[in-house]
Amino acid sequence: MATDSDKDLQFRDPDTAEELTERLEELMDDIGEPVDVMHVCGSHEQAIAKFGLRSLLPDGLSVRMGPGCPVCVTNMPEVDEAVALAEDGKVVATYGDMFRVPGTARSLEDAKADGADVRVVYSASEAADIAAENPGEEVVFFATGFETTAAPTAAVLSDDPPENFSVLSAHKYVPPAMEVVAEMPDTNIDGFLAAGHAATITGYGLFEEFVADYDIPVVVGGFEPLDVLLGLERLLEYVRDGEAGLENAYPRAVSEEGNVQARDTMWDVFETESGEWRGIAEIPAANLALREEYAASDARERFDIDPDVGGEDPLTEQCICGDIMAGKADPDGCDLFGEECTPQNPVGACMVSSEGTCKIWYEYGGQPDL
Amino acid sequence: MSETEDADGTEASGEVVTTAHGSGGGQMRSLIGDLVLSRFEDAGDVGLHDLDDGAVLPVDDDQSLVVTTDSHVVKPPVFPGGDIGRLAVAGTVNDLAVMGATEPLALSCSLVVEEGVEMDFLDTVLASARATCEEAGCSVVTGDTKVMGSGDVDRLVVNTTGVGLVPRGHHVADAGLSPGDAIVVSGTLGDHGIALLSEREGFDFEGDLESDVAPVNDLVAAALDAGEVTAMKDPTRGGFATSINEMVGKADVGAEIDERSVPVADSVAAAGEVLGIEPFDVANEGKVVFGVAPEDAEDVLAALQDQPLGADAAIVGEATADHPGRVVLDTGLGRRYLTEPEGEQLPRIC
Repeated sequence: MATDSDKDLQFRDPDTAEELTERLEELMDDIGEPVDVMHVCGSHEQAIAKFGLRSLLPDGLSVRMGPGCPVCVTNMPEVDEAVALAEDGKVVATYGDMFRVPGTARSLEDAKADGADVRVVYSASEAADIAAENPGEEVVFFATGFETTAAPTAAVLSDDPPENFSVLSAHKYVPPAMEVVAEMPDTNIDGFLAAGHAATITGYGLFEEFVADYDIPVVVGGFEPLDVLLGLERLLEYVRDGEAGLENAYPRAVSEEGNVQARDTMWDVFETESGEWRGIAEIPAANLALREEYAASDARERFDIDPDVGGEDPLTEQCICGDIMAGKADPDGCDLFGEECTPQNPVGACMVSSEGTCKIWYEYGGQPDL
Repeated sequence: MSETEDADGTEASGEVVTTAHGSGGGQMRSLIGDLVLSRFEDAGDVGLHDLDDGAVLPVDDDQSLVVTTDSHVVKPPVFPGGDIGRLAVAGTVNDLAVMGATEPLALSCSLVVEEGVEMDFLDTVLASARATCEEAGCSVVTGDTKVMGSGDVDRLVVNTTGVGLVPRGHHVADAGLSPGDAIVVSGTLGDHGIALLSEREGFDFEGDLESDVAPVNDLVAAALDAGEVTAMKDPTRGGFATSINEMVGKADVGAEIDERSVPVADSVAAAGEVLGIEPFDVANEGKVVFGVAPEDAEDVLAALQDQPLGADAAIVGEATADHPGRVVLDTGLGRRYLTEPEGEQLPRIC
């Protein structure tokens, strides 16, 4: 049964939600003009959609999702590399979200349907376990995700993994992507709700420079519905006061310095390099590549990967995932949404992952006027 | 005939069936609509085109025969709280029950067995099927057995067909909701689907995650005795979300559901959050969703709660004239649409 303890969970308390909602109304009245804020995490979008929070937001306050879905921003050639390895007889292990993401010609799901050995795992260590259990096979972990999953991948690599285990890194680092979005001329964001998961590793202090450089407020927020409303309230306070401040609205998980050990391990194993984020832009220092010391575990070094790059589906040219992830459009602004593009037949990556805006809108009924 | 034509002269599309076509959502409906329904005429009071839980065929002025059939495959075939034998019997008994036939006359049972399957496993499954028949007050009266080569079928497929009687004109369709009807569920939702997904993914969650698989004919009989049930469905594949959407879609009404009043076991809610799977989106095998005339809602609820399988029954919302064809979910914080899940549920990244 849903117990009272569940219903009264303080992060979901309806009375507090109502107070926060009223506060948002007051702040918007004070500000007197439309405000656009951006969150940079699919889990924020999940919380907003799942709990119907957009139905509570005052008129004029728009909460947009930025490039906060690691699956969505994984570039097509990276998917092609994973597919090529799978087709070449390697065991490819990856997160469930990556399974259906279309490459230029095919997805891992397509490769599996043709007999390739593709496994869905929950963690890098599970992928390493598969390697340990199958010493005769080459097991490649197609590693995606931001700091939250990059740190565990690094931990596995630094802990003497099996010789037949390697990593195809598509890990990405969030802060540089926020800079790119902040610089986009036609994206007028008044504040960022930063991702609590990633900040758990890197610490909120990381954003001080960003706030100063771009003169824009940043609030680190958690993923319970009240966390989101509280984060929005703090952001609107900064906007009302015309201040570019930094605040941690998720102190139960995030500290100023973060998880130092995890962060150190991550930077011991990875270094940043420039790379294309799907649909958005080439972003400097935002891809996490394995350092030379880990070349033996780097699938790109170890195997001569020759992706079978196919002709892109003409539909992908109509896909506006890039605009959606840059905060310029909503999913239902895409002609393909819910018709040609569905979770079962995704055209763009945003429709694949449970962290993707289009998938979330599809799953939770979009932004109805309720 | 060109190479791109099928034997009947229609053009071959090149499309193939995928697991998504079996998931109970829109793709499955289009498969059935395109390939099956177009080929068969309706008969009786409720027929194939109604896509209800069973067909209702008049026998004479007083009685109608209810017929339903299901093929059961489940991975793993023995799971926490049940097995494929219990599932096959309960599934068919329940499909009869939600049409109003709460005293099943008889079942057929066909087995398609993979070569190499252990006799002990079959013994367990059939003993379980028999015990479930006794619970439901019916028996298997005919059947068939086929053995397929190794790899040609995944261990075991069980097909069951059931027949039962209802007083003529007193069957309950799933399309009978009217604005104002109370939506009642007979107990906690998501138990079967979350238990199976957890087992399949190798998660060892604390707490008791067990399938709810059970015959619900007595439970349904109690509800029918207590008041006017306008619509019924057992929320199996696709879960509560799919069933309630189908019910409002067929009746062209809306529904407003209060999420806080929907019973979900703590262990199921917690496991669902970890797996990234909504308990509303996964199968139940011992639950019923009722539409009930508003004046009878409390009586039906009380009758359900008196039954062993209905202790957690709850009124969870009502049918509305607003938003026809759509289900609005009040989350206790905000409001959104409750949509049908699409396709196979996959675990998420973080």
